[in-house]
Amino acid sequence: MLIKRNPNGIDIPFASEITPRAVFESRRAFIQKIAAGSIAGGALLEMATREAFAATSGTAQKLAAKANPAYVVLDKPTSYKDATTYNNFYEFGTDKESPARYAPKMQTRPWTLAIEGEVRKPMTLDIDSLLKLAPLEERIYRLRCVEGWSMVIPWSGYSLAELIKKVEPTSNAKYVEFVTAEDKEMHGLRRPVLDWPYVEGLRIDEALHPLTLLTLGMYGEVLPNQNGGPVRIVVPWKYGFKSAKSIVKIRFVKDQPRTAWNLAAPREYGFYSNVNPQVDHPRWSQASERRIGEDGLFAKKRPTLMFNGYSQVAPLYAGMDLKKFF
Amino acid sequence: MMNFHPAPRQLAFIKSLLFILALLPFGRLALFTYTDQLGANPVEFITRNTGDWTLYFLCMTLAVTPLRRLSKWNWLIKLRRMLGLFVFFYASLHFTTFLWFDHFFDVREMLADVIKRPFITVGFTAFVLLIPLAVTSTNGMVRRLGGRRWQWLHRLIYVIAALGILHYWWMKAGKNDFEQPLIFGLIVAGLLLVRAYWAWQKRKDMQALAGTMM
Repeated sequence: MLIKRNPNGIDIPFASEITPRAVFESRRAFIQKIAAGSIAGGALLEMATREAFAATSGTAQKLAAKANPAYVVLDKPTSYKDATTYNNFYEFGTDKESPARYAPKMQTRPWTLAIEGEVRKPMTLDIDSLLKLAPLEERIYRLRCVEGWSMVIPWSGYSLAELIKKVEPTSNAKYVEFVTAEDKEMHGLRRPVLDWPYVEGLRIDEALHPLTLLTLGMYGEVLPNQNGGPVRIVVPWKYGFKSAKSIVKIRFVKDQPRTAWNLAAPREYGFYSNVNPQVDHPRWSQASERRIGEDGLFAKKRPTLMFNGYSQVAPLYAGMDLKKFF
Repeated sequence: MMNFHPAPRQLAFIKSLLFILALLPFGRLALFTYTDQLGANPVEFITRNTGDWTLYFLCMTLAVTPLRRLSKWNWLIKLRRMLGLFVFFYASLHFTTFLWFDHFFDVREMLADVIKRPFITVGFTAFVLLIPLAVTSTNGMVRRLGGRRWQWLHRLIYVIAALGILHYWWMKAGKNDFEQPLIFGLIVAGLLLVRAYWAWQKRKDMQALAGTMM
């Protein structure tokens, strides 16, 4: 695996992710051999990552994105089928099969994303402008659900920071709020399970962190609706619900946003909701997780990593009591 | 249909049929496990499925007495023991899933979970309370305990039902999703309230009777 430092120089890889010297040397030798031939190195890297994925839908529109070697995990990516048929998206129903069943009916074109609030240049962008705003990168991230299961997903998108730069936040912009659509196909909205629309939020420095991804695709294809298509946020060091799906608004605000799950059950879902094996959910332990597709019936759960393994975000929380600000 | 009283052979047939039907959910789980159809999260599937079936059989068991009274089909009582034992059967599977796949038989870790998390505490209590009922379900035990004491003991099922609903309610509370526990709760509440109403009526009748005799 190639390890590229982040511009802020705090990208410390996890010990388990560091490829043994013998392995990477043999890989490098192999790549050099090929590169000496006619195949371009980039294509090879592309092939190598692609090979790891199980079959994609085969029907969804392809989305070209260049693999970013700085964001790769060595864990095996979750199968496309599991990742697109097992997830929470309460707008489409509270069980995990409903999103895949109902979300595909939602119209995602035309779709606009309004960026407003404490910014000098508020704007409304459609999906095509979003796709062109910055080069699309493919990044393989771990996803840890607050319920105790996890996946590994290749997302396509770019750092949210790229978009934030364009709108020029004012000094009043201390937080960023993401608002999910309220579509007519979202029959889950009829039940007051949450205070709709779904609102999530980040502190501005969290939103600006290069890991925070404005996401438009997964598995090299256009983002399926059930996974938050056409556009969503992915914040890999926080529990999955922090990553708002099918967003229509990004608002820059002065005060900490009133986020959906925090409003519904403040004792159980904190504003930060960083993945933290030491802070249990009142109903279950967060010390371990079940990797979907791998930790089957007879496999023991695997330990959950602090910040889901993304220790480079630790400086964002320097001096904070993460038990209190869970 | 109104006055259906099965002959002994018919009753034996009904019982066998019920037994097979009651095993179907287990058979389905076993088949799905074998053919790898439990979905992305097999442990969650098994846990929820066995929990659901425990509650279904609990409702069916509690429905026997009211149904019998309303339909005057007294023979229904002969199905109750089997239904009750299936509550215990599915509850045991549910508990075993928790102990095995969640904790890999680490009893200390499992007990820590039981103590720390109220929804598991009540679920575990309900399961433990089911054990004496299952143990004393045989004819011999009924005789040994005496009908009256046996009946008192088996009224524990009302407590178990309340704890079972609370377990489900608190489990879903974390996800703010009360639709299903509410449905189960209303059914169980209905089945218990109708008993309370009949008991109250009986007491009133007895008092009235006592009044006329004076």
